[in-house]
Order: sequence, then C-alpha cells, then structure tokens
Amino acid sequence: MSNEPIIHIENVHKIFGRIYALRGVSLDVRKGEVVVILGPSGSGKSTLLRCINHLEVYNAGRIVVDGILLKSAQNINAVRREVGMVFQSFNLFPHLTVLKNVTLAQCVVRRRNSEEAEKIALELLTKVGIEEKAGAYPGQLSGGQQQRVAIARALAMNPKIMLFDEPTSALDPEMIKEVLDVMLALAKEGMTMVVVSHEMGFARAAATRCIFMDEGQIIEEAPPEQLFNSPTQERTKLFLSKILQV
Amino acid sequence: MPAEWFNKSFGRIVNGRSGPAKSDVPATAEDELKLIPGNELPSRLDAWWWLVGVVALIIILLMVLKPDPYWYMVLFLRDGILTTIELTLVSFAFTLIVGILGGMSRISKNPFIHFFSTLYVEIFRGIPLLVQLIWWYFAAPAVIQSFGRLINFSAFAEYHANAFLLAVIGLVICYGAYMSEIFRAGIQSIPKGQIEAARSQGMTYLQAMRYVVLPQAIRVVMPPVGNEFIMLIKDTSLVSAVAMADLTRRGREYMSAHFNPIETWTMIALLYLVMTLFFTRVIDYLEKRRHYER
Repeated sequence: MSNEPIIHIENVHKIFGRIYALRGVSLDVRKGEVVVILGPSGSGKSTLLRCINHLEVYNAGRIVVDGILLKSAQNINAVRREVGMVFQSFNLFPHLTVLKNVTLAQCVVRRRNSEEAEKIALELLTKVGIEEKAGAYPGQLSGGQQQRVAIARALAMNPKIMLFDEPTSALDPEMIKEVLDVMLALAKEGMTMVVVSHEMGFARAAATRCIFMDEGQIIEEAPPEQLFNSPTQERTKLFLSKILQV
Repeated sequence: MPAEWFNKSFGRIVNGRSGPAKSDVPATAEDELKLIPGNELPSRLDAWWWLVGVVALIIILLMVLKPDPYWYMVLFLRDGILTTIELTLVSFAFTLIVGILGGMSRISKNPFIHFFSTLYVEIFRGIPLLVQLIWWYFAAPAVIQSFGRLINFSAFAEYHANAFLLAVIGLVICYGAYMSEIFRAGIQSIPKGQIEAARSQGMTYLQAMRYVVLPQAIRVVMPPVGNEFIMLIKDTSLVSAVAMADLTRRGREYMSAHFNPIETWTMIALLYLVMTLFFTRVIDYLEKRRHYER
C-alpha cells in the first residue's frame, strides 16, 4: 500500500438547481484502500461517487484520479477506462447476452478482438460464479446474478479503482450475500474500492475506513469498528442508532 | 351460445390462437406454458395472413372470371404498381436515415444542432404533404433555374425536373420530420442508466448510442415506424398530382380511356389494400422476431 493517493478530492462543490448536494468535500483514497461511505439519503454520497468518474460534473474544487485532473472533456474517457462502476439498478444491457454484456466495452473501448474478450469475460464470470449463465439474457437472471454480471462487466476493463453505488440496495435479502461475497473477495485481492453502502457486515469485514456523510459534507471519518462502536459526532450517533434498530 | 360457437369456429383465425381443446393434453411442461395466453412462441406465419390471402384471392378471381375489364386493367396498371412500390421503398430507406439523425439531433445538447433539427421538424410537420410535393415539383426547379441564371451556371439554368427524384425528396423530408419525433421518443424511452453504464466503461457518447441505446430504441419504435411505412404506401398516391405515373395516376388514365369508374377504383382500392395488408404482416413478423426478455 503506497502513500500516494490514487483518488484526490479537494473541496468539491456540486449544485443541482436549488439543491446544494456537495458542500466542500475533501477526501483522499490510497491505492488498495476500501472506503465505505454511509449516510442518510440525500446526503450526497452517491453524488460524490458519481463525481469521481465524471457522471456528474462538479461545480467547484478539484478531483484527481490516478494522476489525471478531471476537468476537460478529452480526458474523461481516459479516466473512465481506469474506474469501474457498479450501479444500484445493475444497468445491464437487456438486448445483449450476459457474455456480450461483459465483452462489449472490451471490444469497443479496449479494442480487444472478440476471442480474447470472450476468454477474459468467461474467466470473470467464473470468478463471480455464474459462468453457466453466459448465454442468458439479463432479464432471465435474478437480481443478485445480474449484479454479479455487472461486477464482472466492470472488472473486464481491468480498472484500477472500483466504485459501488449501493450495490445491494435493490436486492432481496437472500441475494445480498452472494454479491457481498464477490466484493469481499475483490477487496482481499487488493482492489481500491469506494463503496456507498449501509452493509455494516461488509464494512466491518473489508473497509479500511468508513466515512459518514450528511447534508453534503463529511461529518466523520474513522476505521469501521471505531465509527460503529464509538462515534464522536452527534449526527453519526443518531444515524447509527436508527439503522442499528432495524 | 353464439359467442362460444364463434370462438370455437373462428377463434384461431380471428385471435391468432385457439383455446385449449379438451383433447389437447399438453405433453410437457413447456407445451403447457404455451397454452397460457400471451405465452405462445411467435409463429412464423401469424393467423392474420388469411386476410391478405382473401383480398389477393378476390383480385385474382376478378381477373380470371371477368378478364374484361379486370385482366386488361391490371396489365395496364402494372407499371404503376411497380412505381408505387419503388417510390415507397426508396423513400422509406432515406426516411429512416433522416429519422435516426433527426431524432438524435433533437436531443442533442449542442444548441445549434438542437435548434435546427427542431426548426426542421416544426416546419415540415406543419405543411400538408400534397402542398410540399407540388412545391418541390413546380417551384423548386424554377428556383434552381433562376439561381443558375443568376450565377451563370448552365447546369442549373437548364435544370429539368426529375419527377421521381423530387417526389422522393418531398416524401423523405416530410416523413423524416415525423420519423425524427418517433426516434426521439424511442431514444428517450431508454433508461438513463443504460447510457451511464456504457459511458462509465469509457465508451464515447456515439459508441454508447450505437451499441447500447439505438439497438434498444429500434425495438421500441418498431410499431410506430411500421405504421409510418403503411401510411407512406398510401401517401405515395399524392405524387399522382406531380406527374408521377404511380398506381393512382395510371388508374385515372385507365378510367378516362374506358369510362368505368366503379370497376377501376374498386380494383385500385383492392390493390392498395393488398399491399398494405401484406406489409403489415411483414412488419408484424419483424417486430416479433426482435423480441427479447427485459
């Protein structure tokens, strides 16, 4: 684990019309770190994640990803090639088979030939445990299977960083584990990950740091055990007491 | 029970499926699933082909049983039928291209492209097609000629109207405006997450459009695009006003020579009908073939 931050976020502001979504957020993520962001809905955690690969354009501040300053339109695609993203609603391409979902960007963006892309895709599908569904269409899969395909699809681009935007929030409870297991394995391999999630179990097992956000600001930042067991800020305590009651 | 009797006798023909008869015991679970309405596998020939067959049969029977006037009439109209089909297919091909480009332009973030595509749609949707066709055939060549004289360019000054080309231009520009709106709606119906997923993997906007959004949008727009095609077949009859010898025009010529309006226009109506019914079935087949699970 080097000390050079691979993601450097400095005083970032984001405004949607009248909503002030991010109010000066600064965060450094080092290579190999797993950062879990939690906070109430509307606290700006998804917005922050989407700013990292420029799906949202921030209004002020600086974001540097892998040494590339995110500002101009030209380098966006260069950054996005290095940053994989997994969405809450999977966003698989319904008109393509599982295999094609995983090979499409490899062929179009990385310019791999289809044979090589398919080989990589099958390896990754084996890794997430659904190689037998390679010929199926996303509509034929369960939510958990779809999300695992989405992870494989993101990994196929050999990203240096993986972003997860509430990857288990749209899943049935019994399917959450299969997705979290894949994410845990990924964390063990040393992948740099930024995860927006309320899965305490995952945070305890994998996170190097937990971040609590509210109203567009980072309220508290600590290792998971410390944040969950002895939060220092009142708002963190209040939030944790609410989600731990359930 | 008249309703029951009707369903039993014509159910398959009218609805394209028959209710499970008592003797049809499903052999496998898969066969059983097919008996659930809406769960049938798309068949190659759906039941509505019978209507195409009936209309075609009427035409053939008329021609065989009453060769005078029908047989001679259809021989006379033959090149008109070909012109109508040719005009429809050529115009439709270009209309699709204009529609895809127009639809993408209408949702473009570039204010220049957005402005001009919207202007195009608003203007050409608001002028009757007949007026547009007449303008292209009678006014456009005059404009080109006087422009040619102005800049002293003989190819323009001596321009002679090409009826087919100008008819295609008129049809494509008018139908392209409608088609642009159809494609715009189709593209916008694809969830935003699709384009985000594609772009988050480093695809450019155009790559995301080509590989992810348009293939899905085309499936969504199939029914309205098919509808436009059928309307186009019928609206090509308007080109008979601008010196194109299409089916309608040839019909008028035949009638003025033989003074038999009832026979002539009945036959022409049947010929248009058999064309539209036939292409409706083809479109329906293509639509079903593109089905996939969401």
